Amino acid sequence: MSRIVLQVRNVTKRFGGLVAVHDVSFDVTEHSVMGLIGPNGSGKSTMINMISGSFAPTAGSIRLEGHELAGKPAHKVARLGVGRTFQLVRLLPELSVLDNVIAGAAFGHRRRWGAEAKAHALTLIERLGLSAVMGMPVSALTYIDTKRVELARALAGDPEVLLLDEWLAGLNPTELGTGIALIRSLRDEGRTIILVEHVMDAIRSLCDRCVVMSSGTKIAEGTPAEVLSDPEVIRAYLGDDDA
Amino acid sequence: MSGTDWRNLAISAALLGLAALLPVYGSPYWLTMGTTMAMFVVLATSWALFSGPTHYISLATAAFFGIGTFVTGLGFQSLPFWVLPPLAAIIGAVLAALVGLVTLRLSGVYFVIFTLGLAEMVRQVVTWVQNQTGHRGMYVLTSITEREIYWMLVGLGALVFLAGWLIGRSRLGFALRIIGNDETVAKHAGIDTALAKVALFMVPGAVAAATGAILAPRYIYIEPATAFAPLLSFQVVIMALLGGTGRLWGPIAGVIPFSLLWEAITRQAPNQTLLLLGIAFLVIVYLLPGGFVGLWDRFRRRFGGRS
Amino acid sequence: MFILITGLLLGGTYALIALGLNLQYGVARIMNLANGEMLVAGGFAAFWLYTAGQINPVAALIVIAPVAFVVNWLVYRFMLQPLVKRAKSRGALEVDSILATFGMSFAFVGIMTWAFGGGYFNYAFLAQPLEMFGSSYAQNRVVAFVLAVVIGGALWLWLTYSRVGLNLRAVAVNPASASLVGVDVRRASALAFALGGAVTATGGALVSMFFTLDASVGVLFTMKALIIIIMGGVGDIRGTIVAAVILGIAETAVARLVDPGLTLAAAYLLFLLVLLFKPAGLFGKARG
Repeated sequence: MSRIVLQVRNVTKRFGGLVAVHDVSFDVTEHSVMGLIGPNGSGKSTMINMISGSFAPTAGSIRLEGHELAGKPAHKVARLGVGRTFQLVRLLPELSVLDNVIAGAAFGHRRRWGAEAKAHALTLIERLGLSAVMGMPVSALTYIDTKRVELARALAGDPEVLLLDEWLAGLNPTELGTGIALIRSLRDEGRTIILVEHVMDAIRSLCDRCVVMSSGTKIAEGTPAEVLSDPEVIRAYLGDDDA
Repeated sequence: MSGTDWRNLAISAALLGLAALLPVYGSPYWLTMGTTMAMFVVLATSWALFSGPTHYISLATAAFFGIGTFVTGLGFQSLPFWVLPPLAAIIGAVLAALVGLVTLRLSGVYFVIFTLGLAEMVRQVVTWVQNQTGHRGMYVLTSITEREIYWMLVGLGALVFLAGWLIGRSRLGFALRIIGNDETVAKHAGIDTALAKVALFMVPGAVAAATGAILAPRYIYIEPATAFAPLLSFQVVIMALLGGTGRLWGPIAGVIPFSLLWEAITRQAPNQTLLLLGIAFLVIVYLLPGGFVGLWDRFRRRFGGRS
Repeated sequence: MFILITGLLLGGTYALIALGLNLQYGVARIMNLANGEMLVAGGFAAFWLYTAGQINPVAALIVIAPVAFVVNWLVYRFMLQPLVKRAKSRGALEVDSILATFGMSFAFVGIMTWAFGGGYFNYAFLAQPLEMFGSSYAQNRVVAFVLAVVIGGALWLWLTYSRVGLNLRAVAVNPASASLVGVDVRRASALAFALGGAVTATGGALVSMFFTLDASVGVLFTMKALIIIIMGGVGDIRGTIVAAVILGIAETAVARLVDPGLTLAAAYLLFLLVLLFKPAGLFGKARG
């Protein structure tokens, strides 16, 4: 029986008069990939931002291994064990690829410094296929390589939960295949991942479970096959929905 | 420590030794010039320790410096002189922590603006207090010679360089470079950015105060208008940026030419000093964004060798 | 009561000056530290036109405002736009623009001192008292206030109801989105910067009626304008006006009741309190 690692309970987020997320609850079990999907404007990114501590929920609770995350600042959440990538890749322009990855290791959930950090970062760089480009300046990397560096940085702190915010967006078909395989290998390694995605192939092939959001509420939950054949979900994506 | 580290240490020690010999072999004019330069080297290098990696331009140097001079002015009669600079350093650090806690949580722009007015505000308050209590300026009459001031500055400079070297290799220094690159990433990587910034900001605050305390005997008469003159802050910023904050020795490369230039302008065309300041800022922004250090790096990259 | 009214009169004039900076920082994203110098330039132009040409400052605005507009537009186009283009992030642009405008302000003061000497200049225009609410106030302060209200009001109406004004406000909120809906962000920024400079110079001409100015006093006004727009929330016109009035009243109160030498310290204390408790400004929402 798998453990529940992350518990989201009755989370609501209001921005002034706008309700971006309304009373959403779900659980994420260990060693699985949870897909957070839905049409644009459904509140998925807001949800992810609340889990990572970018801002606090208006109401509700988010518990990671028993620790309450809601309302804590991002750096505390990171130290408690949440790693993330960003929708628009954010690398540190003045630092080398190696230093970018060490940045994730030095202050994260499992802190490393000095030779230990460097060795750990090199392992990750190799694992994610970045050895060839390690010596290049960050500005010269290809798009998918920048994403890999950001992923390495997120992994460097040994997070309990990895948040991937549309990590597969903007990739061409070949890169997409590589990317999906990479995430699958991370899952097989035992990582717990929450994936915000639009790419249907990825959702079907990667996710163990999915939560579907639309206009701020959860409208379906289940395996990809279940949710993607749910008429509510189909209506939210294609039909007469107000999203 | 690597071979390069030992080599750098040896070079630094040699340069330090040379600098210390100035009062022995140099003329009185050069001693005075050297003291001024030593002061700016200390101020600019410690300034760059914080403002370099974080890109937060601090204009608070004059405020801390002024407070340091006041520590000496108020304390030299009741305390032995050697106590005063460390005391000023502690007071400067505490004040820096307070200022930092309030303003460093916010964006860099608000920080710059606040520090811009800090010296003026402290000056106004001190003047008012002095008016209320009836004391005007203070005479600082000591037996400290200019040589001793120079050597104290050189010693303080050595400490600043040592601190800078240690911080550069430390986790704190790394955290600050990350913050300067992208503060959001820093936060999500687990860095308490507010605390890191405040911690490092205490260094230039303490150093500037200690410097002010050391230099008070040279000014002889301490009053708010001169002790808190904002000009000092601007000069320090220009020298550090002109030299470049990318390297520990960068600010020195800005202090030496700019002090000489300033000295020349003050003598030939004293009304033009402000214009010089303005042109210096413009040069830094438009022509030398990385300072001389940046120029040096570009030169090295162009003509071979790894960067 | 006297403090309130004097403070209000002062605050109204400050509001106009701060509006200028608000346009420059809020829309064009340039923290213009030379703003105070533009104010002094406006004041100086009014002084010169009055003493040499016998043109009263109010009429002189017809000349001063357009000239300031053109000058600021040129400054933006040739000195600031290159910085915008090369800035890798908004933070980098802010630092660069602070240093560059700082340089300009020093250069400006240096040139002014060199050309006109470091002397103070003032002139007497409408200095006669006006009886109102039981005390007398200088006519020029009242006139300045009325004009500030009129000009500020017109500006507000234009920004709120005209198409160009809408574009400027869109850029202030989110330049990326604004450009997606077809706003030429570069042109809007240049326009905002130029307009902001014109408004500031106008404010300068107005305060020159009752303040004594000299080449170096610009930085004080810059600081006050900065404090006002931060207190009021950047980009928020209503907030700017309220903050300006608060500052005007606070300054007058401190000057009268405590010590005229503490006005800046009082302003800073206000600034500090706002930063501590409402960093986005009195009405501000955090900007995206």
